Amino acid sequence: MQTGTAAVARNPLLVYGALFLAIALLPVLGVYPIFVMKVLCYALFACAFNLLIGFTGLLSFGHAAFLGTAAYAAGHALKVWGLPAPLGLLFGMLAAGGVGLLFGLLAIRRTGIYFSMITLALSQMLFFFFLQASFTGGEDGLQSVPRGNFLGLDLTQDLNLFYVVLAIFIAGFWLIYRTVNSPFGQVLTSIRENEARATSLGYDVDRFKLLAFVLSAALAGLAGATKTLVLGFATLTDAVWTTSGLVILMTLVGGMGTLVGPMLGALIIIALENKIGDLGKALAEITGVDWFNGLGESVSLVTGLIFIVCVLAFRRGVVGEALALIDKFGKEPTQTPAPAKKPH
Amino acid sequence: MTDLFGIPLPALLSQLLLGLVNGSFYAMLSLGLAVIFGLLNIINFAHGALYMMGAFLAWMGLEYLGLNYWVMLLLAPLVVGVLGIFIERLLLQWLYKLDHIYSLLLTFGITLVLEGIFRSFYGSSGQQYAVPDALQGATNLGFMVLPNYRAWVVVASITVCLAVWALIEKTSLGATLRAGTENPKLVQAFGINVPRMITLTYAAGVALAAFAGVLAAPILQVTALMGSNLIIVVFAVVVIGGMGSILGSIVTGLGLGVIEGLTKVFYPEASSTVVFVVMAIVLLVRPAGLFGKEK
Repeated sequence: MQTGTAAVARNPLLVYGALFLAIALLPVLGVYPIFVMKVLCYALFACAFNLLIGFTGLLSFGHAAFLGTAAYAAGHALKVWGLPAPLGLLFGMLAAGGVGLLFGLLAIRRTGIYFSMITLALSQMLFFFFLQASFTGGEDGLQSVPRGNFLGLDLTQDLNLFYVVLAIFIAGFWLIYRTVNSPFGQVLTSIRENEARATSLGYDVDRFKLLAFVLSAALAGLAGATKTLVLGFATLTDAVWTTSGLVILMTLVGGMGTLVGPMLGALIIIALENKIGDLGKALAEITGVDWFNGLGESVSLVTGLIFIVCVLAFRRGVVGEALALIDKFGKEPTQTPAPAKKPH
Repeated sequence: MTDLFGIPLPALLSQLLLGLVNGSFYAMLSLGLAVIFGLLNIINFAHGALYMMGAFLAWMGLEYLGLNYWVMLLLAPLVVGVLGIFIERLLLQWLYKLDHIYSLLLTFGITLVLEGIFRSFYGSSGQQYAVPDALQGATNLGFMVLPNYRAWVVVASITVCLAVWALIEKTSLGATLRAGTENPKLVQAFGINVPRMITLTYAAGVALAAFAGVLAAPILQVTALMGSNLIIVVFAVVVIGGMGSILGSIVTGLGLGVIEGLTKVFYPEASSTVVFVVMAIVLLVRPAGLFGKEK
């Protein structure tokens, strides 16, 4: 039976096109552009992370390292060297890719849980380096990074910057989409499903993993560099390990192994972080318990609870569950959500 | 006064002792992680948060209930052990059939919740905990002045670590445990209640973390974040040592503490990163870890 939904489901590009058009209209509808840009940066970060966990089966617990590296590198290039915005972004991306290559070479020597621990430890090492290095401004961070021009476009105008950021996001998303749907992406998926089998089929598994890792790091770097351009600063928060946890949460909430999931997850988590203080105050007023007033100070309590609930009952995330529902009601499957089963 | 490589000997020895103290914490935490990993096949991210809880319970016991250090040294591990039973029965047990990353993420979530709770009550600033009377002061050994409490931490940790090692390697209970690590189904077929063994192992592992936390309370600032800063270093320790051997994780923990202490003397800028650098080198030379077995 040919229905409208099925036709759309078979042509996801239509969905993505409509989605991006809707995002492009947001500032016109009166949504604060800085907020949307921030969400877009984290969405790209989460999509890049998802390339590893969702499509290659590698859980990196150190992706903040790439966000932070690029944030500082781009900030330094823009502020100290006075490079134009496109070159600054490119430099940030390359720096993150370089760090990704080094981390990747070490981390892929172990698999599974050890891979996660190694990436976490390496990112912590980089964090201490950033803490002590002079170019990062230590605890203060790198402040008042100029926006400048993007190919003649004045970026000090929020709206101009907004469309540049959206274009960057779409480019990054498109790259991920192409990667996942390429023969290279198919090999990555086969590594996720059964690494030993992929090896026995003659694929140099380590090389594929490394390439995916560097690509993911570079794209996370693009997100970090863009974030510096938008907000005008880069701080240690970008590189700290809780940020690595945050991007995992975004991807988990949205749906690992789906293309749209991480975007949605980023929106949910950023909105939650912004609103949690108000929520706490409202709860304090309703219940009369003074403790809720401090909720804004301990966001980790709420994010931790979401983590626990997601892992126990909601492993496919919002988009994953939605796709499963569509499948259940007889429509054609669109994407395979991340497997919850043991890969071996 | 004697010098060694241009560093006065007492300064060197006191940093060495400080390194041993840190190494004791690494050893106890990585030991707990290894025991839990052996039977449950999970990495317990919450280990750091439960260590923090141990320290906080010691502080709270004294502050609110007037219970002294020695009582809390027993009580805090018990309380945290009971909490561990709840964590394992209510949350973790549902994830054993899934990919290991889910249990890592779950325990990460537990870490965030525990830290959030303590931060919402006590903020981010540290609480002071006085050294117990019996261990105050220092002993002059002639070549160096030895703070009594630090000496106690090292002796107590090594004793506990060796006791755990003996329990696992030399007793019949330990033999059952090791058999459970190798082949849980077969052990169950012999009539041993493996799920209960798993629960108690988890409880014992986290109790060990809480014990380390109580030991740490008088030396370090008691803060909500003291555990996560430590657990990441312990992860690196675990990668360096490999989780195959109990004695291995004890030796690696102490050894890395000493290396860290020495780095503080000779090149202080690198003292916070040296463990990670060692990890990188070990990964290049011997990916399975010093005591690990290649799969």
